[in-house]
Amino acid sequence: MARTIIPFGPQHPVLPEPVHLDLVVEDEKVVEARPSIGFVHRGLEKLVEKKDYQEFVYVAERICGICSFIHGQTYCQAVEAIMDLAVPPRARYLRTVWGELSRIHSHLLWLGLMADGMGFESLFMHSWRVREQVLNIVEATTGGRVIFGSCKIGGVRRDMDAGAIQNTLTELVAIEKDLREVTQVFLNDNSVKRRLRGIGALSGQEAHELGCVGPVLRASGVAQDIRKLGYAAYGELEMEPVTRTEGDSYARCAVRCEELLQSISLIRQALGKMPEGEVAVKVTGNPKGEVIMRTEQPRGEVVYCLKANGSKNLERFRVRTPTFANLPAMLKLLQGCDLADVPVLVLTIDPCISCTER
Amino acid sequence: MKQEQTLEVIPLASLLERVRAMRQRNARLVQICATAMPDQFELTYSFDVEDGLASLRVMVPREDARVPSIHAVYGCAFLYENEMHDLFHVMVEGMAVDFHGNLYNTAVKYAFGETKPPAAKPQPQPQPAVAASGN
Repeated sequence: MARTIIPFGPQHPVLPEPVHLDLVVEDEKVVEARPSIGFVHRGLEKLVEKKDYQEFVYVAERICGICSFIHGQTYCQAVEAIMDLAVPPRARYLRTVWGELSRIHSHLLWLGLMADGMGFESLFMHSWRVREQVLNIVEATTGGRVIFGSCKIGGVRRDMDAGAIQNTLTELVAIEKDLREVTQVFLNDNSVKRRLRGIGALSGQEAHELGCVGPVLRASGVAQDIRKLGYAAYGELEMEPVTRTEGDSYARCAVRCEELLQSISLIRQALGKMPEGEVAVKVTGNPKGEVIMRTEQPRGEVVYCLKANGSKNLERFRVRTPTFANLPAMLKLLQGCDLADVPVLVLTIDPCISCTER
Repeated sequence: MKQEQTLEVIPLASLLERVRAMRQRNARLVQICATAMPDQFELTYSFDVEDGLASLRVMVPREDARVPSIHAVYGCAFLYENEMHDLFHVMVEGMAVDFHGNLYNTAVKYAFGETKPPAAKPQPQPQPAVAASGN
């Protein structure tokens, strides 16, 4: 049968950011997908040679507009590990709260995009309506909606007073109610199930071998969540990785839905246990040494490799983003799928090209 | 899960053997990180193992930098290997999926591996003056 190459992207209705796929198809079946990235590559890793290591927090946070806070947090944790800085407990708890708020708004963004990709416009709008409520908390507590700007080496820039904590807890009640309604539609609506069930199934062994991370890995039954390493305040909070065993697009959606409620629980726990005290320590000197720091972003494990030589500029700054780790799985899922399922399968890994094009 | 990290510098000749040993331990390939040092490339292969993060490091001379592909052991390594090639100009021998420098569509080729500044853009040639035609 004759093969045809269909270009998918870099501009496409289901792609909020540019990535290109050459889809080799036989009739309506995709036999191969060849990716091409780098359309908006910013060379941020190279920029570390010009920016002071403390100033570079701003750059790290701007790697992505969705998981911005966790990028800044991971960078700070890496520098703190090299410099052997003890971050005050209250700052660790605040980082946890803002990190989980990031996860909620990121997952809601994905749910909206997935609903939009399926043509379920009212569900898309409801998902993003709830996301606005989360962004309002972020704005009230950090002053930013996209870039929080609240993390710095040695702690955090802002504290949450008793009033802000109470307001957040009150808002969370309304958000949880809305989340339960929206996620019930994703999990039980017949049209959603028919669009996602059995599409793009990946076994646990395949996901592990392909190097998958985050919800993609956990939806295939592998209970790996980097938060279990106990960084920030996670070691003092109750949480277990959310897993499913089916490994298909529905399972990946279900994991993200359940993680929304898990994040609400983690924020409540963190605000309830947050100790009093300082939120930052003074940082003096320059870092010397190297470290690999891992944290759990909404899309999965992010890896920061930092190497410092004692000067104010780092020698090497490398970020392996979760989307980069999940791309081989996406290419595998596309092999043999129907052409009509390509948008769903591309969305199902929650691709963040901004992260990938750091 | 544990936080422990280990880093071992190994000779390039034993890279494949050590990576196979990681595969036998059911380790997950976490990343491959290339770093351009003054006279060599530092390539770090990190694996998630049962007791933390284990990294293997090989040093490769900058001049005609070449490493064997680990694609046959870890199928997902092809993206990291193409990235090493496209950003650092490290030649990876035996890549099963080779994008031939087209994975990253960057404006400057091998931007992270070259020590020379990028070539200046050609300046537009001045247009010959057109004599004003007056009647």
